[in-house]
Amino acid sequence: MNDTLLKTIFGRLTLESLPLHEPIVVATFAMVAIGGLGLVAALTYFKVWGYLWNEWFTSVDHKKIGIMYMILAIVMLLRGFSDAIMMRAQQAMAFNGSEGYLTAHHYDQVFTAHGVIMIFFVAMPMVTGLMNYVVPLQIGARDVSFPFLNNFSFWMTTAGAVIVMMSLFIGEFARTGWLAMPPLSGLAYSPDVGVDYYIWALQIAGIGTLLSGVNLVATIVKMRAPGMTMMKMPIFTWTSLCTNILIVAAFPVLTAVLAMLSLDRYIGTAFFTNDSGGNPMMYVNLIWIWGHPEVYILVLPAFGIFSEVTSTFSGKRLFGYSSMVYATLVITILAYLVWLHHFFTMGSGASVNSFFGITTMIISIPTGAKIFNWLFTMYKGRIRFELPMMWTIAFMVTFTIGGMTGVLLAVPPADFVLHNSLFLVAHFHNVIIGGTLFGMFAGINYWFPKAFGFKLDKKWGTVSFWCWVVGFYFAFMPLYVLGLMGVTRRMRYFDDPNLQIWFVIAAFGAALIAAGIGAFLLQIFVSIRNREALADHSGDPWNGRTLEWATSSPPPEYNFAFTPIVHDLDAWYDMKDRKHERPVTGFKSIHMPSGTGTGVVLAGLSVAFGFAMIWYIWWLAGLALAGIFATTIFHTFNYKRDFHIPVEDVIASEDARTRQLATQGA
Amino acid sequence: MSDPQAPANNPHADHDHDNGAAHGTRGSYLKGFFLSVILTAIPFWAVMTGAFKDPSTAALVVMVFAVAQIVVHMIYFLHMSGKSEGGWTMMALIFTIILVVITLSGSIWVMYHMNTNMMPMQAAADM
Repeated sequence: MNDTLLKTIFGRLTLESLPLHEPIVVATFAMVAIGGLGLVAALTYFKVWGYLWNEWFTSVDHKKIGIMYMILAIVMLLRGFSDAIMMRAQQAMAFNGSEGYLTAHHYDQVFTAHGVIMIFFVAMPMVTGLMNYVVPLQIGARDVSFPFLNNFSFWMTTAGAVIVMMSLFIGEFARTGWLAMPPLSGLAYSPDVGVDYYIWALQIAGIGTLLSGVNLVATIVKMRAPGMTMMKMPIFTWTSLCTNILIVAAFPVLTAVLAMLSLDRYIGTAFFTNDSGGNPMMYVNLIWIWGHPEVYILVLPAFGIFSEVTSTFSGKRLFGYSSMVYATLVITILAYLVWLHHFFTMGSGASVNSFFGITTMIISIPTGAKIFNWLFTMYKGRIRFELPMMWTIAFMVTFTIGGMTGVLLAVPPADFVLHNSLFLVAHFHNVIIGGTLFGMFAGINYWFPKAFGFKLDKKWGTVSFWCWVVGFYFAFMPLYVLGLMGVTRRMRYFDDPNLQIWFVIAAFGAALIAAGIGAFLLQIFVSIRNREALADHSGDPWNGRTLEWATSSPPPEYNFAFTPIVHDLDAWYDMKDRKHERPVTGFKSIHMPSGTGTGVVLAGLSVAFGFAMIWYIWWLAGLALAGIFATTIFHTFNYKRDFHIPVEDVIASEDARTRQLATQGA
Repeated sequence: MSDPQAPANNPHADHDHDNGAAHGTRGSYLKGFFLSVILTAIPFWAVMTGAFKDPSTAALVVMVFAVAQIVVHMIYFLHMSGKSEGGWTMMALIFTIILVVITLSGSIWVMYHMNTNMMPMQAAADM
């Protein structure tokens, strides 16, 4: 009786669900709890809650949302990297009879969480954050097409991250690998909450990702400044457009396949089970139809960043702009024609495997064309080796190696040898770190002065750069060697002591990367402290070429007092070239969207809903869902969606800008 | 939204601006309605009266009518044409069709191969 009541109230959540028997988790929890309480106390002490709520959490300003995405990504990077260094330490230790320090139960969760967090809650928010910040500025718009949706998307992504973090301290995370393949992820083999945490975190974050994709596609298609035809769009905007088209087309597949998996787990359907006519291979097929475009979603914006950076820091127009656009479009389409190369070994015949092998190899052609375009842009350019350019050059070298191992893996017979080995692990880290992550660091260093009005410290940035790059090679080149020797991925313990030295080298690499992350955080800290010395009053610290550098740093809430008119590719460079005079009179009041807390409320209710579904707390799930619907309907009656910035305010901030520019002698 | 001329006293002024999308007329809606009724009625009639002896023929006929139905909905209810939104809706439609065809035909091809090449699961379990 009592038991039934407890079950009704708490579902399958019991005191035993708290991982009190795992000292590592308890220690982490203690640290997080102390840190979290300290943060809350500090925020309360300095009375910044109201400021945070009014100016940030409820803001629909694309710039603030972009910055919040970046903060989320950096926080989650710390979590994802802790998982990485735990794995590296475990694998370096677990030889000669030593079991290492992680149990199998814990280790399997660590590698799953590492993959999920790094892709969904580090790489995705970073990419989305940069696109959110930069795209409207580059196209001369005042905000995105659907400003509230943007705020809502961000909070849904955060809600997904919160659910993943909860799994660390309440219950456990999936032990299935980052794609949760059935039958292992089915109820029969994973009866506990891990896979449910996985499903609900991704479903809730997926809503955010999909909606922000819709939003940015609409923004780029509909809100470009007059004169900016498609072929005059900055290349980062082009790659963002293609990325968001990929998001809109691919993420529904993930949503559908996870929905089917949850039906299997919750109401006993048999989509992917071994019995009752289910077919787990269909899950593999479907999830890779999403999964392959996903890697291009991550890397295309990075390609855009490298294009902007190369052209700016070489002081030249981008070589082969139109070939760059067409290469991006070809990659967008081909991204949908290669998914089977992730499972050559599953048992398709020669015709299927050779088709997908060849399409995969074809992708290296447009990608190679891009590399040559960047090289030709640098050729005879006056190259300035600032941090963004350094990351770009490191990318070109590293990504080329990763691309070549990728083409090697695209050969089906070679893949039969290398499938599921550490060679594969080395390959995808090579392209994701060498491509996306280096791109994000280039982007952060490039656009930070735009967002905050001062440059990032170069000394610590250089330290971070070298630690990351050298650390990357130390960490992953040994994995190529091990993979060629036949070592498979996701192993917790090794019998052959000869392998240990390679894992020790890889662990050393991971330690260097840890130093790189530390130096990056220090770089931000030092830059904030020295912001007076690093300040940029011109709004254009790098002698930029695109419209985001035409406005002040940080840009005013409305981005541009007058919508710029575009005559040429590299619009801002063209304006400087033509000695464009910044208008100083004739300002009008500006119509802007107003902030709302609905996004935060909906995301909070979604966390409650996800948590309730994970633990079978049906009353809470029902309540939360009803709350979600009620809030949504209530929000449709909110007519206070916009306001006008009074003309006096516009004049005041534009006059301040005029004085600022005058002190520069501009 | 980025229109500075919008009158300050009417927050709804810019909620329904014309962005180049085609709008339907009563005639086009009625035409669409009758066409979709007819396209629904014929397959029902074909299946219920058993007009086609061979079930796969019947299935094929139903599918053909279903595709026609989709096209009718897109033209008359979603107002799609080559000119709507400056050609963007047509472009989006073509892109969607390409992806759906790739996904479906690819999956069928792949799963057919798996089915033929893999050891039957039941047989493996019985061994």
